[in-house]
Amino acid sequence: MSQQEKLLEIKNLTVHYATVDGTVRAVENLNLSVDAGQTLGLVGETGAGKTTTVKTIMRILPVPPSIIKNGEILYKGEDLLKKSQKEMRSIRGEKISMIFQDPMTSLNPVLTVGDQIKEAIELHTKVNKRKAFELAGDMLETVGIKRDRANDYPHQFSGGMKQRVVIAMALACNPELLIADEPTTALDVTIQAQVLELMKRLKVQYNTSMIMITHDLGIVAEICDYVAIMYAGEVVEYGTREDVFLRAQHPYTKGLFTCIPDMYSDDNRLIPIRGLMPDPSNLPSGCKFHTRCDYKCERCEKEEPSVVEVSSGHYVKCFFALPQNVASSKVSVKMPV
Amino acid sequence: MKLLEVKNLKKYFATKNGLLHAVDGVSLEIKKGETLGLVGESGCGKSTIGRLVIRLLEATEGEILFEGKDLAKLNKEEMRRMRCKMQIIFQDPYASLDPRKNVFESIAEPLRVQKVYSDKKELERHIYELMETVGLAQRLANSYPHELDGGRRQRVGVARAIALDPVFMVLDEPVSALDVSIQAQILNLLQQLQKEFDLTYLFISHDLSVVKHISDRVAVMYLGKLVEVSNYKAIFKDPLHPYTQALLSAVPVPRIDVQREKIILEGDVPSPINPKPGCRFAGRCRYCEEVCKTETPPLREISQDHFVACHFPGNRV
Ligand SMILES: Nc1ncnc2c1ncn2[C@@H]1O[C@H](COP(=O)(O)OP(=O)(O)OP(=O)(O)O)[C@@H](O)[C@H]1O
Ligand SMILES: Nc1ncnc2c1ncn2[C@@H]1O[C@H](COP(=O)(O)OP(=O)(O)OP(=O)(O)O)[C@@H](O)[C@H]1O
Ligand code: SF4
Ligand SMILES: [Mg+2]
Ligand SMILES: [Mg+2]
Repeated sequence: MSQQEKLLEIKNLTVHYATVDGTVRAVENLNLSVDAGQTLGLVGETGAGKTTTVKTIMRILPVPPSIIKNGEILYKGEDLLKKSQKEMRSIRGEKISMIFQDPMTSLNPVLTVGDQIKEAIELHTKVNKRKAFELAGDMLETVGIKRDRANDYPHQFSGGMKQRVVIAMALACNPELLIADEPTTALDVTIQAQVLELMKRLKVQYNTSMIMITHDLGIVAEICDYVAIMYAGEVVEYGTREDVFLRAQHPYTKGLFTCIPDMYSDDNRLIPIRGLMPDPSNLPSGCKFHTRCDYKCERCEKEEPSVVEVSSGHYVKCFFALPQNVASSKVSVKMPV
Repeated sequence: MKLLEVKNLKKYFATKNGLLHAVDGVSLEIKKGETLGLVGESGCGKSTIGRLVIRLLEATEGEILFEGKDLAKLNKEEMRRMRCKMQIIFQDPYASLDPRKNVFESIAEPLRVQKVYSDKKELERHIYELMETVGLAQRLANSYPHELDGGRRQRVGVARAIALDPVFMVLDEPVSALDVSIQAQILNLLQQLQKEFDLTYLFISHDLSVVKHISDRVAVMYLGKLVEVSNYKAIFKDPLHPYTQALLSAVPVPRIDVQREKIILEGDVPSPINPKPGCRFAGRCRYCEEVCKTETPPLREISQDHFVACHFPGNRV
C-alpha cells in the first residue's frame, strides 16, 4: 500500500488519564491506519480505549485528566496533535466528524432538527440561511426522514430516527472521515439494519472513510473493510476483514469469536474468555492478555510481545503469531506503517 | 409439567394521550425446567410481561397460574412465600439497586431478609462466593452502585437473584449490558445453574443469537402481542411470521461466509396508544392485504407446536 492512500495514520499513540487513584493507561503505543474510502472497524470491550483513541483524533479529550504522552496522528500527512484548537475546530465537521453513541447527547432538545442541521452547515460552509435550511432538508431525506419533519423537535422522533438525524448532522458537511462510536448500539435490530444500510450507501455515494467503533463482530462483518482488535489500550490484531474473520491468530481475537452464540450453528457451547478485563490503572506485566490467555507461557508474563506481520498487512501482537508465508513476512515492532 | 400458565394477559396504562396497550391478550405456557425466550424490539411489552407474571405489576385482565395456583387469589402471606420462588433480574440494575447500599450489602439483602444464615462468617463466605461466580472482584465489596460500570452493576443483580436459589427466574435482558467475553460466562453460568437446580427461565432479550442459544422455546412479540411461538429450531430455521422473518434477517452475523437476503423494514414501530384494529404489523409488512388492516389475526397452531398470528403465514417473496 502506498503512502498516499493513507488518510489517517496513528503512530505510537499513548494516552493516559491522571486520576486520584493513579494513572489510567487508556491507550498504549497504539498504531493504526485508515485508507481513503475504507471502513475500519475498531473492536474491543468496555474500557479497551476505543473512545479515548477517537476522541484523541478529534482532540476533544477533557484536559485534565487526559494526557497525550506520546505519538502522532497524521491526517493526510499532517500531525493533528500539533494543531491549535482553532485549527481543529475547522477540521472537525468539515473534514472529520463524529457520531456519538447516545443520540440525545448530540441533539439539542430545544431546537428543531432542521435548525440543528442547518447550524452545522452554516458553521462550516458559506451559504445563506435559506440555502442551508434547504440543504438540511436534503440531508434528512438522505437518511430517510421526510423533509417536512425538519420543524419537529428531537423528542418527537423515535430512537432510530434520532440517530439518523445525528448521522445527517455528521454528514451535513460531507466529511472525508466519519468516526462513529457505537452508532447503533442503542437501536433495535430492524432499525439498526436501516441505519447500517444507510451507512453502506453513503460510503459508496460519497466515498467517505469511516472508523466504526463496535463490540459487535456481526456489524464488522457487514460493513468493515479492515479490523483492529483492541485490548487494554493496545491493538492486538489488525488486518483485512478476511484476515480477522478467517485467519485470526491472536488468542483474544479467537476468544471473541468462540464466546458469542452463533445463529447459524446448533452447537450449543460457548467458550468464554476466562477472567476479567485488567484494570487499566494496574496493567499486568508482559503481554497484557496473559492473565486470561490459555496459551500463555512464562515468557508472556515477563516480556512484551512485539508485533508480527503474519502476512502482508495482517499484524498480530503475540509470541505465538505464525507467519503464514515465511518469505513475505517480516517481524516489525510497529503496527501498520 | 406446566410451571407457569398465562391466559389472555393484558396490561393497559393510562397516559395523557390515551390508553397504552403494553400487553394485549398474551397467552403462554412455560414447562418446568425449560427456558422460554421472549424476543421483540424496544417497547413491545417484554418487561411488562416479565413483571406481570411474578406480580410485581397488577394485570388489567387475564390469569396467571403458577404451579397450578392462580396468583391473583393468593393472600399476602402466600404471595410472600411464592415470591421467594420467583426472582427477577432487571434490565437496568442501576434502577433496582439501592444507591446507599454497597455491593456486599446489596447481595446480602435477600439473604438477610429471608434469614438464611445465622452465622455472619457463613453469610460473608456465601456473598464472596456469589461475587466470584458473577465475576466481581472482592475489592469491589465496598463499592457503591454509582462507582460501578454498567457491567458490574448487572453482575450484582445476577448475584442477588441467584442468592436464594429460586425455582423460576425472569431474566430481563440479564446479559445485554455485559461485554461479550463476560456475557458468555454469565450465560454458561445461568445454564449450569438451571441444570443443577432444575430452574425454569423466562429469558427476555432483544438479542436473537443469545435467545437462540439459551432457549428451548421462543416467543416473538410485536407491539403487545405474540406473533410467533415455537421451539427454537422451528423459529430460527423456518420462521413463518413476516415480522420474525425480518427480525432474523436483520441480525448482523459475525461471519463473512454466509450470504443472506436482508429484509429491510420500512418505517418505525407504531404507537401502542389506542392501536388500530387489524394486524399491528400491517403498516410495515410486505405481504399486507386488505384483511390485515381490519381483522386482528389470532395466534393459531399452524403445525405441531408452532403458533403464528398472521393471515398469510409462511409467505415468502
Ligand atoms: N475522563 C476520564 N478520566 C479517567 N479515566 C477515564 C476517563 N475516560 C475514560 N477513562 C478510562 O480510560 C479507559 C479507556 O476508556 P474508553 O472510554 O476509551 O474505553 P472504550 O473502549 O471506549 O470503552 P466502552 O466500550 O465502555 O465505551 C477506561 O478504563 C476508562 O475508565
Ligand atoms: N408504568 C408505565 N406507564 C406507562 N407506560 C408504560 C409503563 N411501563 C411501560 N410502559 C409502556 O409500555 C410499553 C411496553 O414497555 P416494556 O418496558 O414492557 O417494553 P420492553 O419490550 O421491555 O422494551 P425494552 O426492550 O425497551 O426494554 C412501552 O410502550 C412503554 O412505554
Ligand atoms: S397478518 Fe398481514 S400484515 Fe400482519 S404479518 Fe401477516 S401478512 Fe403481514
Ligand atoms: Mg467508548
Ligand atoms: Mg424491557
